[in-house]
Amino acid sequence: MSHYEVKAGPEAFLPPAAATMGNELPDPGEAHIGGKIVPEDEAYEKAARMILGAKVPTIFPGPLVLWKWNDHAAEKAKAIRELALEAPMRIIPMADYRPKYPKIQQEVEINPNHPNLTIWHNKIDVCIFIGVHCHMANLSLKIIRGGTDCYTIAMCAMAGHEDACLSFRDADLKMVNKLKATIKKLKSEGVESQAVPFTQFVMGRSGTIVAPA
Amino acid sequence: MNKQVELKNKRVIASDHVKLGQKNQKGQTYTDVNDIFYKAKQTPNFLTGSEVIRAAIKIASVGTSVAYPITPQSEAAALIGELYAEGYVDEYFRGESEFAVMGQCAGSAFGGHRVFTTTAGPGTLRAMENFPMWAGSRLPIQVCVTCRGINSPLSIQPDTLEMHYLLETGMLVWHAETAQDLFDFILKGFIVAEQPDVHVPIAVCCDGFFVTHTKDTVELPPDDICLTPYDPYRNPQPVMDMETAPIRMMRDPFVMKSNYISYATHASWQQEIKAAVERSRKHTIPLLNGLIDEENTDREILIVGSGTAVSQSREAIRLLEAEGIKVGLVKIKTIRPFPFEEIRQATKNAKHIFVPEFNVAGWLAREIKANIPDNERVYVGPHVAGGMTMPSEVIVEEIKKHLGMEVAARGTLG
Repeated sequence: MSHYEVKAGPEAFLPPAAATMGNELPDPGEAHIGGKIVPEDEAYEKAARMILGAKVPTIFPGPLVLWKWNDHAAEKAKAIRELALEAPMRIIPMADYRPKYPKIQQEVEINPNHPNLTIWHNKIDVCIFIGVHCHMANLSLKIIRGGTDCYTIAMCAMAGHEDACLSFRDADLKMVNKLKATIKKLKSEGVESQAVPFTQFVMGRSGTIVAPA
Repeated sequence: MNKQVELKNKRVIASDHVKLGQKNQKGQTYTDVNDIFYKAKQTPNFLTGSEVIRAAIKIASVGTSVAYPITPQSEAAALIGELYAEGYVDEYFRGESEFAVMGQCAGSAFGGHRVFTTTAGPGTLRAMENFPMWAGSRLPIQVCVTCRGINSPLSIQPDTLEMHYLLETGMLVWHAETAQDLFDFILKGFIVAEQPDVHVPIAVCCDGFFVTHTKDTVELPPDDICLTPYDPYRNPQPVMDMETAPIRMMRDPFVMKSNYISYATHASWQQEIKAAVERSRKHTIPLLNGLIDEENTDREILIVGSGTAVSQSREAIRLLEAEGIKVGLVKIKTIRPFPFEEIRQATKNAKHIFVPEFNVAGWLAREIKANIPDNERVYVGPHVAGGMTMPSEVIVEEIKKHLGMEVAARGTLG
């Protein structure tokens, strides 16, 4: 079977699941880039360069890090915020998995059933999925690859995602911090962030406190 | 394929479960599955297949088992009831029908239990709607299917036609040849099905009566050790409560809306289930020593089969060998995922491929024909159905006939 390269789309009306094309998940200590298994360290470098080279790099944190299920979730959430500040990257949460009707608020949320809407609206060109349940992440990643040109990175706490353009596995606090450190290192070597200036929105219980800009 | 999955030194996915080394309420020690299969002393026992199911479930740390009587699985279900009475299974009850049983299994699995049930023939068909529901909900329930006839007129005898109906449900489908396979597949099936990147239900199938009601020697580990319990926090999907966030899939669109987004999401969801089945290869290959077993596949004549058709084929090969006809054998252990590449490789030298089956449809031959080049090499048969046995001599006769060899005259009743 020939190698199926998982790259940013738009790929097809209904792109295949990479696993059914023969792509396999990395073993511990490995990652994949474009469907090719690589040592984990190689993936940090590639992910950091993609993030710094993007105009609208965005983190999509999911319920596993947005809600304080346990102390680990809280410390991971803090590290994700620090990663976003370091890059810089926007944060648009995937707070739950319900399809949003009649209309999603594309500026401030993403949904696994129609993630393309948020990506198109905000012109997101690189994104990181983190804290999203694997099934829902894979659901989204295929739809994103099908209809958008967004480069997808998965920081998966389990076995990783073939349907992302780049995927880590077993991603814990240490690995989030390592990605942040890699970005910092590249910046110190002169690699500049290409992100367009933005204002990170802030939501309160009653709605938007700081609007995105 | 960018990386070939190979048999590695590490034969089974190691468990890092927090309960390793602790004892359960029956005093069994939660043990890494590697140690259960490859370190613990295995002792020969002479058991029926039903008793083997009991032996496997006794050390499987099953949370819930739901039963409904249907031949030939009733005995196994009753024996699991004994395990419940003895305290080895947390919950056990009888459902109202097979359809109800599978729904009750889903509820238990949603609740975080390891769930095991058994069914057969018409029971499998009656329960059918639930199987793709289990898969779509990513519930790693195990159902042991003790295959029997499904079609009218009623037959309780062995027939593997029901397996054909399971192939596109999104479940893993494994086919045990012997009682030993059955024991191993049940325990290993839980390990594979519960991997977070797989996490779909599994049907461990065996041929009713031939396996369930005959005695065979089976190597068993001691029963004072057991699998670590299912860890629901490794579920790739939160519980699909129909009304409550974060899923609420049934109250909101999907079913209620008709638009492109709903359709695309549903399509992507279905693809993900198929992907999960594919991912199971990586875990299954080291665990089962490959998805197929091969014997002398360099020969021009091959028999490819699954279940007890393999056992009959072994004897047929011995008979043919005595006549100077050399035949190789491929035993298929997993029907889903289907071992496409392995079968292509194993059959590449074959000029004649015979697929003996215990069903009228010849579904396994169809699967093989659809996946190998030059598929006119595949001879669909011999078949039996409805509970007929498949004597090795019949396989011999069919092979010889097809190859244009002289066949001994058959006796007549008239």
